Amino acid sequence: MSSHSLSEIVSQTRAIAQEIAAKHAADVDRQARFPSETFEALRKARLLTAALPKELGGGGANMAELAEMCTALAQGCGASGMVLAMHHIQVACIARHGMGSPFFRKYVEELVERQLLIGSITSEVGVWGDTRSSICACIRENGHFKLDKDATTASYAEHADDLLVTARRNQDAPPSDQVLVLVRKADRTLTQTGTWDTMGMRGTCSPGFKLTSSGSEDQVLPGSFADASAQTMVSYSHILWSGVWLGIASDAMARASAFVRAEARKNPGVVPPKATHLAKMSAEVQLLRNSVHGQAHEFDEIMSRPTGMEELLTIGWALKMNNIKVSSSEMTPRIVHDALQIIGIGAYKNDSKLSVGRQYRDSLSAALMISNDRIFSKTASMLLVHKDD
Amino acid sequence: MMIEKIRKILKDHGRLNKDPWALDEAADLYQAGMTSHASVNVMLALEGEFEIEFPDHLLKRSVFESMGAMRDTIAGLTKGS
Repeated sequence: MSSHSLSEIVSQTRAIAQEIAAKHAADVDRQARFPSETFEALRKARLLTAALPKELGGGGANMAELAEMCTALAQGCGASGMVLAMHHIQVACIARHGMGSPFFRKYVEELVERQLLIGSITSEVGVWGDTRSSICACIRENGHFKLDKDATTASYAEHADDLLVTARRNQDAPPSDQVLVLVRKADRTLTQTGTWDTMGMRGTCSPGFKLTSSGSEDQVLPGSFADASAQTMVSYSHILWSGVWLGIASDAMARASAFVRAEARKNPGVVPPKATHLAKMSAEVQLLRNSVHGQAHEFDEIMSRPTGMEELLTIGWALKMNNIKVSSSEMTPRIVHDALQIIGIGAYKNDSKLSVGRQYRDSLSAALMISNDRIFSKTASMLLVHKDD
Repeated sequence: MMIEKIRKILKDHGRLNKDPWALDEAADLYQAGMTSHASVNVMLALEGEFEIEFPDHLLKRSVFESMGAMRDTIAGLTKGS
């Protein structure tokens, strides 16, 4: 169905970022509203199925290209970039784990046709941020399921067409034995339980909700969430989120560069004093870019091998995913901080052309989306058995 | 014998919601409540008990998903030593 060439996917996203997302970013941020214009444009350009393989009618983008898409969009609007990353993650889970099921094969056709936006509900009141643990259960009876969940944050849930929700496999399953369930828009009610008046990433509109849902048992993604999580959700999340953060850092870099160039033009022949700070910042941005691109390429390389899916289940790969997440989420706010120091008051003012207020606030969410402290403690435990041989 | 030691380790470190002696050798331990965090402690205890080191390519879910899988892996590592 799609005839995009691969680089076309990225260049189309870049155009939408510059012409639409960037234009509305300040308003999206100010009002904490969903970036509807951007998603309307992505939908029209059929970019919401970029993560689906070509044989399923999608754009066939690999991890490197998906990360570039997220970077490009986040350069215009961080919240839009994050919603796109989250959507790609859900689509990837379905494409990589659902194709043994006639229901999900049919669903993918609908996804391509209607360019649906898929949200995610993995958080839950009472599990304290541990996405690999659920209290709610997928209650099954006579080929149907019922699923009620009290979510602490539900990513753009009200703006998503459908939702992928984690739950215990059935009423008797332990908290760690989870499945992913596709909840259709017509079969759900969402009762908002909290607000979304956050420092940053305001356009992702992800307050708490009480979800009530039902549907056909076919909507339970085959296999276990443990595998889908290790083989797809964690890898796509940490690499694509890092892609988003790279976009925010690049936006800050572009603003700092513009400032220094303008200074230089005022007095040709004299290197502006802030140019040296910009030089330091550019080294940091390069490090972040190489790290994100390198990790994305390594994923694509692994997936090109027949043993790929198996390799993603090793502790060695889990460590790499933890490391890319914590390192890029810590670098990004530092890079935006550099831009603030270089530009000065023009970056500090919210209504200035070179303001980095939104970028700074957006970047601070990075360390909290799956708390870095939690990730470090898991890494510490895995390093007790990993030999790096 | 080896399975007995594995059961003991699971009892001490697996944090299962079932008694390891009530579980079949092939039973899926993750479905019996073992978390990935608990599985790391099981790996450490197995390395200590059997005086082995699991190479990195064996540090994956499938190797630790059942007592039988652990026994086969450990037997492979201790063979000829």
